Amino acid sequence: MRDYPIFTPEMKKTHTILVPDMLPIHFNLIISIFRQKGYKFELLQTSSRAVVDEGLKNVHNDTCYPALLVIGQFMEALKSGRYNPDTTALMLTQTGGGCRASNYIHLLRKALKTQFPQVPVISLNFSGLEKEGSFEITPPMFVQLLKAVLYGDLLMLLYNQCKPYELVKNKTDEVLKKWQNKLGRQFEERFTLASTKTYKEILDDFAKIERSSEKKIKVGIVGEIYVKYSPLANNHLEEFLISEGCEPVVPPLLEFVLYCAITAVVNSKLYGYVNKNSILYKIGYDLIYSEQKKLIKTIKAHGVFEPMHDFEHLRRAADRFIHQGVSMGEGWLITAGMAVLAETGTKNIICAQPFGCLPNHIVAKGMSREIKNAYPDANIVAIDYDPGATKVNQENRIKLMLANARAME
Amino acid sequence: MENKIYSLGIDVGSTTVKSVIIDENKKIIYSKYERHFSKVKETVKNQLEIIADEYKNVKFHLAVTGSAGLGLAEGAGLPFVQEVHSAFIAVKEAYPDADVVIELGGEDAKIIFLTGGVEQRMNGSCAGGTGAFIDQMATLLGVTASELDKFSLKAEKVYPIASRCGVFAKSDIQPLLNQGAKHEDIAASIFQAVVDQTVSGLAQGRTIEGKVLFLGGPLFFLQGLRKAFIDTLRLDGGNAIFPEQASVFMAYGSALFAEKSDDIFNIDEVISKVENATATDRIVTGERLFRSHEEYEEFIARHSKSDLKYADIRTYEGNAYLGIDAGSTTTKMVLINDSGELLYQHYSSNKGQPLDMVVKKLKEIYSLKNDRLIIRGSAVTGYGEELLKAGLSVDIGVVETVAHFKAASFFCPDVDFIIDIGGQDIKCFKIKNGVIDSIMLNEACSSGCGSFIQTFAVALGYDIDEFAKLGLFAENPVDLGSRCTVFMNSSVKQAQKDGASVEDISAGLSSSIIKNAVYKVIRAKSVEELGKNIVVQGGTFLNDAVLRAFEMELGRNVIRPAISGLMGAFGAALYAKEKVKQNVIKKTTLISQEELETFSYASKNSQCRGCTGNCSINIITFNGGRKFISGNRCEKGAGLKKNDENLDLYDYKYKKLLEIVSEKPKNPVAKVGLPLVLHYYEQLPLWHRFFTDLSFEVIISEESTRNTYFKGQHTIPSDTVCYPAKLAHGHIESLLEKGVDFIFYPCASYNIDEEISDNHYNCPVVAYYPELLKANNLRLNDNNFIHPYLDLNRKNHVVNVMKNVLTRYNVNKKDIENALESGFKARDDYYQGVVAEGQRIINEAREKGKKIIVLAGRPYHIDPEINHGIHKLITSLGMAVVTEDSISHLGKVPKLHVLNQWTYHARLYKAAQYVLTQLDMQLVQLVSFGCGIDAITSDEVRSILEGAGKLYTQLKIDEISNLGAAKIRLRSLIAAME
Repeated sequence: MRDYPIFTPEMKKTHTILVPDMLPIHFNLIISIFRQKGYKFELLQTSSRAVVDEGLKNVHNDTCYPALLVIGQFMEALKSGRYNPDTTALMLTQTGGGCRASNYIHLLRKALKTQFPQVPVISLNFSGLEKEGSFEITPPMFVQLLKAVLYGDLLMLLYNQCKPYELVKNKTDEVLKKWQNKLGRQFEERFTLASTKTYKEILDDFAKIERSSEKKIKVGIVGEIYVKYSPLANNHLEEFLISEGCEPVVPPLLEFVLYCAITAVVNSKLYGYVNKNSILYKIGYDLIYSEQKKLIKTIKAHGVFEPMHDFEHLRRAADRFIHQGVSMGEGWLITAGMAVLAETGTKNIICAQPFGCLPNHIVAKGMSREIKNAYPDANIVAIDYDPGATKVNQENRIKLMLANARAME
Repeated sequence: MENKIYSLGIDVGSTTVKSVIIDENKKIIYSKYERHFSKVKETVKNQLEIIADEYKNVKFHLAVTGSAGLGLAEGAGLPFVQEVHSAFIAVKEAYPDADVVIELGGEDAKIIFLTGGVEQRMNGSCAGGTGAFIDQMATLLGVTASELDKFSLKAEKVYPIASRCGVFAKSDIQPLLNQGAKHEDIAASIFQAVVDQTVSGLAQGRTIEGKVLFLGGPLFFLQGLRKAFIDTLRLDGGNAIFPEQASVFMAYGSALFAEKSDDIFNIDEVISKVENATATDRIVTGERLFRSHEEYEEFIARHSKSDLKYADIRTYEGNAYLGIDAGSTTTKMVLINDSGELLYQHYSSNKGQPLDMVVKKLKEIYSLKNDRLIIRGSAVTGYGEELLKAGLSVDIGVVETVAHFKAASFFCPDVDFIIDIGGQDIKCFKIKNGVIDSIMLNEACSSGCGSFIQTFAVALGYDIDEFAKLGLFAENPVDLGSRCTVFMNSSVKQAQKDGASVEDISAGLSSSIIKNAVYKVIRAKSVEELGKNIVVQGGTFLNDAVLRAFEMELGRNVIRPAISGLMGAFGAALYAKEKVKQNVIKKTTLISQEELETFSYASKNSQCRGCTGNCSINIITFNGGRKFISGNRCEKGAGLKKNDENLDLYDYKYKKLLEIVSEKPKNPVAKVGLPLVLHYYEQLPLWHRFFTDLSFEVIISEESTRNTYFKGQHTIPSDTVCYPAKLAHGHIESLLEKGVDFIFYPCASYNIDEEISDNHYNCPVVAYYPELLKANNLRLNDNNFIHPYLDLNRKNHVVNVMKNVLTRYNVNKKDIENALESGFKARDDYYQGVVAEGQRIINEAREKGKKIIVLAGRPYHIDPEINHGIHKLITSLGMAVVTEDSISHLGKVPKLHVLNQWTYHARLYKAAQYVLTQLDMQLVQLVSFGCGIDAITSDEVRSILEGAGKLYTQLKIDEISNLGAAKIRLRSLIAAME
């Protein structure tokens, strides 16, 4: 039945695995884990026009922007001559669920079929899709991955809270770099356990950065996961906001992991069934959530920085606006993200979404009104990202939002 | 005038530059308004110099605003204020009692709510232009914007025109023009569309009331537009304010903003800052079209080989054949002789009056020709085909695709691929074994074709030929992307902002058109797919820059006949010649010179009473009593022939559903409202039975019409969602009007598992739309809108949830169980009925020797307002129509390259597989615009069908009801089947 190559255990030795660029900080740490296991990995960070052009050529143009970029980035890499197609594999995450994102991997295979039929694609998922040729995630590895996400979230959080205020130029970037390297080496060398100590060291290091006490406008970013995080997709949104004198507030990746885990649990309750998956996911959820709480507690105890939102708090916030049964794409998480930001004083919110994103009709644009009713001074702007949408158009709308923000102060 | 400090505001918009100076008392003492024709820097500098002259020794506080001002301010290091915000400041100062501000600019639309929570909004990236849109429409009618304005004031009726996006509106207007609707009415309709767009797209549920301030160029200059706003918003005189200084209002606001700052500028210093403004290095440039003049000459020489022979109409004696291509924006005519030599040619914009143009030119032909030249036959193709056949008795009509193929084969007998880019359409056909094998046409959304580049040229102050030539030797062509007109507009804006020259923009636009065609329409992965011999045609390819860009994109040379723009007409003439030879045309019926002298016509609007559709129709009466009726969706209105409703499963399904829900219980305990939308088109039998058995009276919402859409328009939060979802808003209003006790509209992640796919999801919109409706319609609450989460595959769960939902009516569990059982049975019965009827239609069609079309879509595509009567169109073309769900059980799940995880789409794949096994069946896929899922399914269905030698036809549908494009596709399909 299968007419595409799969990633065999032997390829571990010969193949370089390419990973698309979504969250540079996190993905670099994750890669270190796989390196420790003996895989050769490389994070793609190309962003030339050719990436978009390849995407346009290889994917139906009405498909969402993330698919277009990810596939474009892969195709550009394979065509560039930098990699030997005979010893290259590609890795893509697959979330599962009723959103078309579950189909990215298939669209990628379609694109490869005529041009690079020998290149295997590995699906990284926790939904039991694509059992053949995907990585087996052992429990110890799962713990490692979880840690990479936690560290990544902490670094991202601290970076955004320091960078806009740093007095010595690029000091924040140096500290970030230092920890990325240090943690990366740690992951590559050995399996490590509890990390409260490391959290504290990281917190201390960032706290040492000299910062101004000037009050800056906080801007929250919510939205579709790829566009929200990837600088390639969102035209370097965080950088732009910092250059405009704002502090970007970016939700952690762990939220999305928790959201995926709890969805199975919520659905089993909602539709009245219990199965192996729902039980396993509940166990997984509890474990991950307790890790998040530990991190939040550490940040709070340290007392300098604002921690991320507690996930259970997010769920309760969602309940006021939308049902947690809305679970395709980022589902209720986007609504909850906006609500919690507004509630905790980040009134200015950018909802970054691919043009024509289906779930976002409901959970983002569809819920803005109710959120505004609840928080009248919430200042929400939805920005569409698309190969044709121009930066000037996007920036002008963001500037309008910022002008509103300044007027309200 | 010494030592004075004034405040200067400069507004650099997408098309104009405005500057305003205010004195210490905030009084405007100077203002200027000027178009910049894309020369932003020069125009600004020029204005500054004038100011420097007039206000010597004056220093200024200064701020720049406007969409193109952003980059300039950044580059020059000048203060910037966002334009909506400057409007806000100006309003606060000049009209402190205003409640709402509406501002339409060149390409942006903005709204500011001042009372009840300040809110400032701009149109999204897809909402289309406004000022630019009006300009574009005026060009389409061949008038200026102010003439358009004058027309609109004399309108008698307003046609519904899609208001979301300029491109859609154009697709609505074009057929109206071709059908001879009055310019006055169209003009008013255009303005009404702008108003609707503002009200629905921008206000999004907030009511516009109180004192409304109107700003921006279009609202300043166009009386008709003002009137449309006032009428629609029901504003009385005092509440509609049109400020004197409207056109420079933003500049005034930025002057006020500047006044508050401490920075003081010397005007000469500002001039030099502007001069030295560095373009932010954002422009992506493409390859040059020609590196040298030699290269260009070689190119010209190569293409001049594909020329036709000419003969003189005044001296030629013998048979001649007339071909007319009545295109959407242009009229093309040729007269040829027996050996295909050209006797006469004509190409012009029809200025929205296709009939007048043909009459004029036909008169010219008659007066030029000598008596021994005899026109033996005539053929017409294009949008105006029916009109010309009726009006001028042209012998025969030919579908455009066939005409183009005929013409291309004349120049290149073994042609593999034809691409035609006209004013409105891109048409591509692959030729295999001498027949058209597959047809690709552009979607309504990517219509950025020939007329687009023309509108751009005009906007930048050039005529089209001149503009195109500018691009030939551009040094750094701008890469503008490959999207629809609206997106290209903003790409151009960005390029302008970054200092790209007109030459670079011209070259960039040519490449964009090609990229749009190659990536979006042809969707070719490699040149090899297109074959060896490629013929290009259509007026747009007369543009050397476009042709060159195409050859560069493909990396190979192509053939462009010198009569590239006339190929449709030439093909029609060849077709007429062929039909004369085959004796199909025995004696030409073409209107004679004498008849032509007295030819006249009158057009009148009316409403068809043929069915409940109430199509708005246009009746043209020609002298001599012939009539032409247009605007009707089916042939019934035209009074020609009756549709074969008997062979139409869409019709059956729709009627059957309405019949089922008409049953009412005897003593109802309450009224439950079920909206006739989305998944209800499939589950209505189930829920109707369920509630009726429990003694609830089921009330369904009204049958959809365009009016239903308007009714709910103000509660739509996302203007890019599909039309079927948008209609839901109106259906909720309809149920509220009908006074139900509660509306029942469940959410459902999962559809029923038919065990034909890997998973059985609903699409996100079908699954969760009730959540959105609840959140955006203020009249809905937890009591009157019940939307539980249900998984119909788990009956116990459904029973429990429903028990809970109906607590207040004290329904016992056993009754719910029974009602649900009979509900499921009702659903099964309905489907068995559909399958049986489908089979009957197939059998009957076969007995009658008719072809069968599987019109494959979603359950809700049976809604006449969604499908716009396409099924009727198909039956009127002599074919039978069945649905995907009536035959999918007969097919097998084909081998797929995508995740098969949605129930509706799994049926689609199986239906496609079944079609492969049936010689007399073809599949036509209906796709709603904005359906993200179909971006995945349509490629897959195409590959299933084409992989086995079947044709793939896709019809994209939206709120527009222009069946012209659908008709061309269907007729091409018929032509290819024969």
